[in-house]
Amino acid sequence: MDTLYAFFVAPFLDIADSPVFFIEVVIGGLSAGVMYSLVALGFVLIFKASGVFNFAQGVLALFAALTLVGFMDWGIPAPIAVLMTAAVMVVLAYAIERLVLRHLVNQEQIILFMSTLGLAYFLEGLGDTLWGSNVKRLDLGIPEASFEIQGVLLNQFELVAAASAATMVAVLAVFFHRTRVGRALRAVADDHQAALSVGIPLKSIWVVVWSVAGLVALVAGIMWGTKSGVQFSLSLIALKALPVLILGGFTSVPGAIVGGLIIGVGEKVAEVYWGPVLGGAIENWFAYVLALGFLLVRPQGLFGEKIIERV
Amino acid sequence: MNLRKLTLMGATSAVFAALFSTAPVVAAEDYMVLPSLVYRTGAYAPNGVPFANGVSDYIALVNARGGVNGIKIKLIECETGYKTDVGVECYEKLKKEGPVGAAVFNPLSTGITYQLIEKTWVDKVPVHSMGYGRTAAADGRVFKWTFNFPTSYWSQASAVIKYIGGQEGGMAKLKGKKIVHVHHNSPYGKEANPTLKILAEKYGFKLTLLPVDHPGQEQKATWLQVRRLRPDWVFMSGWGVMNQVAIKEAAAINYPMDKFIGNWWSSTESDVVPAGGAATGYKGTAFHGAGDSWPAHAAIKKEVHDKGKGAGPREGIGEVLYNRGVINMVYTTEAMRTAMGKFGTKALSGAEVRWGLENLNLTAARLKELGLGGFANPIKISCQDHETNGPVRIQQWDGKKWVFVSEWIVPMADVVRPQIEMAAANYAKEKKIAVRKCDGSD
Amino acid sequence: MLYREAGQFKTNYSADQAIFPILQDRIFLAVVLIFAFVVVPLIANDYWLQAILIPFLVYALAALGLNILTGYAGQISLGTGGFMAVGAYASYKLATSFPEMNIIVVLLTSGLFSAAVGIFFGIPSLRIKGFYLAVATLAAQFFLIWLFNKVGWFYNYNPSGTIDAPPRELFGILITGAAAKPWVKYLAALSMLTVFGLVTKNLVRSAVGRSWMAIRDMDIAAEIIGINPLGTKLLAFAISSFVCGVAGAEMLFLHLGSVETLAFDINLSFLVLFMIIIGGLGSVMGSVVGAAFMVLMPIGLTNFLVGWLGMQATSAKHLEFMVFGGLIIFFLIVEPNGLARLWQIAKEKLRLWPFPH
Repeated sequence: MDTLYAFFVAPFLDIADSPVFFIEVVIGGLSAGVMYSLVALGFVLIFKASGVFNFAQGVLALFAALTLVGFMDWGIPAPIAVLMTAAVMVVLAYAIERLVLRHLVNQEQIILFMSTLGLAYFLEGLGDTLWGSNVKRLDLGIPEASFEIQGVLLNQFELVAAASAATMVAVLAVFFHRTRVGRALRAVADDHQAALSVGIPLKSIWVVVWSVAGLVALVAGIMWGTKSGVQFSLSLIALKALPVLILGGFTSVPGAIVGGLIIGVGEKVAEVYWGPVLGGAIENWFAYVLALGFLLVRPQGLFGEKIIERV
Repeated sequence: MNLRKLTLMGATSAVFAALFSTAPVVAAEDYMVLPSLVYRTGAYAPNGVPFANGVSDYIALVNARGGVNGIKIKLIECETGYKTDVGVECYEKLKKEGPVGAAVFNPLSTGITYQLIEKTWVDKVPVHSMGYGRTAAADGRVFKWTFNFPTSYWSQASAVIKYIGGQEGGMAKLKGKKIVHVHHNSPYGKEANPTLKILAEKYGFKLTLLPVDHPGQEQKATWLQVRRLRPDWVFMSGWGVMNQVAIKEAAAINYPMDKFIGNWWSSTESDVVPAGGAATGYKGTAFHGAGDSWPAHAAIKKEVHDKGKGAGPREGIGEVLYNRGVINMVYTTEAMRTAMGKFGTKALSGAEVRWGLENLNLTAARLKELGLGGFANPIKISCQDHETNGPVRIQQWDGKKWVFVSEWIVPMADVVRPQIEMAAANYAKEKKIAVRKCDGSD
Repeated sequence: MLYREAGQFKTNYSADQAIFPILQDRIFLAVVLIFAFVVVPLIANDYWLQAILIPFLVYALAALGLNILTGYAGQISLGTGGFMAVGAYASYKLATSFPEMNIIVVLLTSGLFSAAVGIFFGIPSLRIKGFYLAVATLAAQFFLIWLFNKVGWFYNYNPSGTIDAPPRELFGILITGAAAKPWVKYLAALSMLTVFGLVTKNLVRSAVGRSWMAIRDMDIAAEIIGINPLGTKLLAFAISSFVCGVAGAEMLFLHLGSVETLAFDINLSFLVLFMIIIGGLGSVMGSVVGAAFMVLMPIGLTNFLVGWLGMQATSAKHLEFMVFGGLIIFFLIVEPNGLARLWQIAKEKLRLWPFPH
């Protein structure tokens, strides 16, 4: 009886008791969710355009952040270093297309998935060899102070993160819907062969997509790297993006954003209010269970298209 | 096409087979093999690298001066990546290495230590898990081959509470205080919990345990809970990226840094530097000094690094974890010297080094001779006690370096030791181990 | 020439339905088994047995389990580590609660627990497919690891939170625990793998196996021809998890001897998935070859770079990561169907050899 009370009644009383704190938890969840979305976006872009479930996205973020810090250590000013890193990511995208993807056209999805895992190993080793494996401080001068509005604690850094995510989504939306390359991308996403037959160069499109994903990884790497220092663990943020992906759908950009926010808020609320009952540290699996519960109702994800199967 | 593939594969496998034939070994004069299980790769590499460098540099210094009583030490690094099964592979590979086998294993991972504890009984090689591993191994009557001096997580937790009591103006003042233990959600992180619970009962403070799952990059929920609780003190047993994020998050909720104490794996340069100015004032425990102001460090610079034999960057000398590698090797080489006093000056077997560890008596005078006066506390190991409830100091990050802010705090042996003996007795019963009498006969 | 089935006439049904209908296959298998059971324990040293062969056998069993699910039934799972953890913890609880229980019974019973858990986490497979399912199985992975870490009952409330394999005997010979001889553990692991390998080989050509493959190739079509997707998928999850669970228990009892949940983290799931993809999806032999490759490869590379080229252990490890990743991509490009497919090609060639056509 006590357990049932602790599980079904006490948390809600708690919420009603201090609504300000509840708002804080929700805001905390939203800001965590934005960070997840940043990573999930990279997955979605690549999956949408090439059907590759790119597990190396986390490592791409690590690699980008490592490169950026490396450049800055050479005394290059931050804005130029960011541009240089962006250039490196584009070169990397080209190399990946040329050396890996081109040879795997028409393979099954799981093979492509595994090849990105191989890529992840490779980039990990490369990043470590080039830049060393100590924790590096990444400081682009983003303000980090906290302030309170009506008793609700807010953090400047999180606001910046949210703003940059919003900007990025807006830019991507324009890119996808208003530019020639964007339209070509959508065509490729719909049907490889049809796109080819109307003269869209599949190979260069893939380079574009991987470059964009590389740039998204750079932004994610900057945000996460500022928070925790640039180090190997940065590559593990990929795991945080996976529940977001199944919730939002593998192919939907808005899904990645909304999914991220739902997962962020869901897991924080669960951890803060239900964590103590269950012994704590539940947020990792709770995110997956939340997404799973959602999937059972809507197998195509939040914004995914309805799956129609024919024999 | 297919045939070509086949030939290719055939060639690959032939090369592959060749890889497993062992490389030629150069016969040399009498030397001892000291395996060094390190992790310079993977998620915990930032912590593993300075430690490994300290180990390597100190042994290079000892060798540059002729070795231990003239016997050179061959340090063999084996990369584990903090992975248990790789650690076991390293152990199996290195245990018989050299003329008389490995001298002693320093697994540098609680998980690997657990694997090795039982294997070492069979292979007769001692394991020294310095400040990590199975705390119950402190009872040398049950754990003959395992050592965890100078101190353990349980001792550390009691010392921290003692420090907090001192800061609050006496242990009696702890009553009603709120203390949070933010810990890595793993056997390592949970290690301090039982001791803290006992102490909470004894002194009447309110203990809240907040676990953080591996790897711990996202701790919003944890720190929101801290914000709501407004605890008087936060103690942290973190590891890797978890520490850096925790310090940042603590700063983000404006938690006073000088009330935030990390354990000795959570208070290193790697933990505070990425957090920048936010980390100033953060405290941590240590069982050895920080910085490179000792004569031994100068000697390492002159006799090792200047000769081009240094393992890491020169700036890394004197970092907290570097120094931990150094003190680990001081214990090891001094135990070898002790053993040579009994068994003669020769390459020592694992069993002989074990005797040396058990009879180690590192005095303040000896530390001074080694150029490390005041660097660590003097220590004397015995058959009963493989841990010694060694004292801990609190250090504080001043924005540039770690400085000691307390004297040596002696842990509450009266609380910790009975727990250790109980855990060891349970283990002995479960494994049907004969308890040693410690009268010199076994 | 060497491998030719011409002239091998089957005169009754049982001969026609044998697992290995071709004489050369039987001879080959017999030679391999004799070598593995008799020669290897005689010539291999402790290092080979303990650090290479036993882990290889345990991983091969886990890969076999996952191959049933992913290779034959077409359901991608990233929860292997979690299912192995169930096996390990169940075997620990069984062995410590019932000290008299025969160790083989312990291993097999712990597989049953794992199978039950597998069925439970397999339920979403009815609604979701492909990568959605793969990510959903991660829920199992994270939840199970959390559970075993959190609930003290699973590790008998010992303060360290790790579980140790208690020493147990079989036929009067010590088989588990640190004092057991490596060759005994090796033979135990090898016997288990042989039995499970043969059972699986038989299973996948039965009605059950064929329905799995029908579901894999096209589930809607399979449903239309009267295969029950619910039962078939869940059975695949159950049997796969059973085998993985036994592998997990072996990992505790025969390989590591003492584990914490970290040993079963998500990397293990990926490692086993790698094994079956490199080895060959939908192939019993592929599981074994893939496991051999993934176990030997990193150790061989380290030995080569550190032992032969005299590299620093660290830079060697970084380089090893790169070579490892590169090789995986290389293999996927050269032979996406895995090493088992190469074996098939080799057999085709041997059939004609030495004549070119």
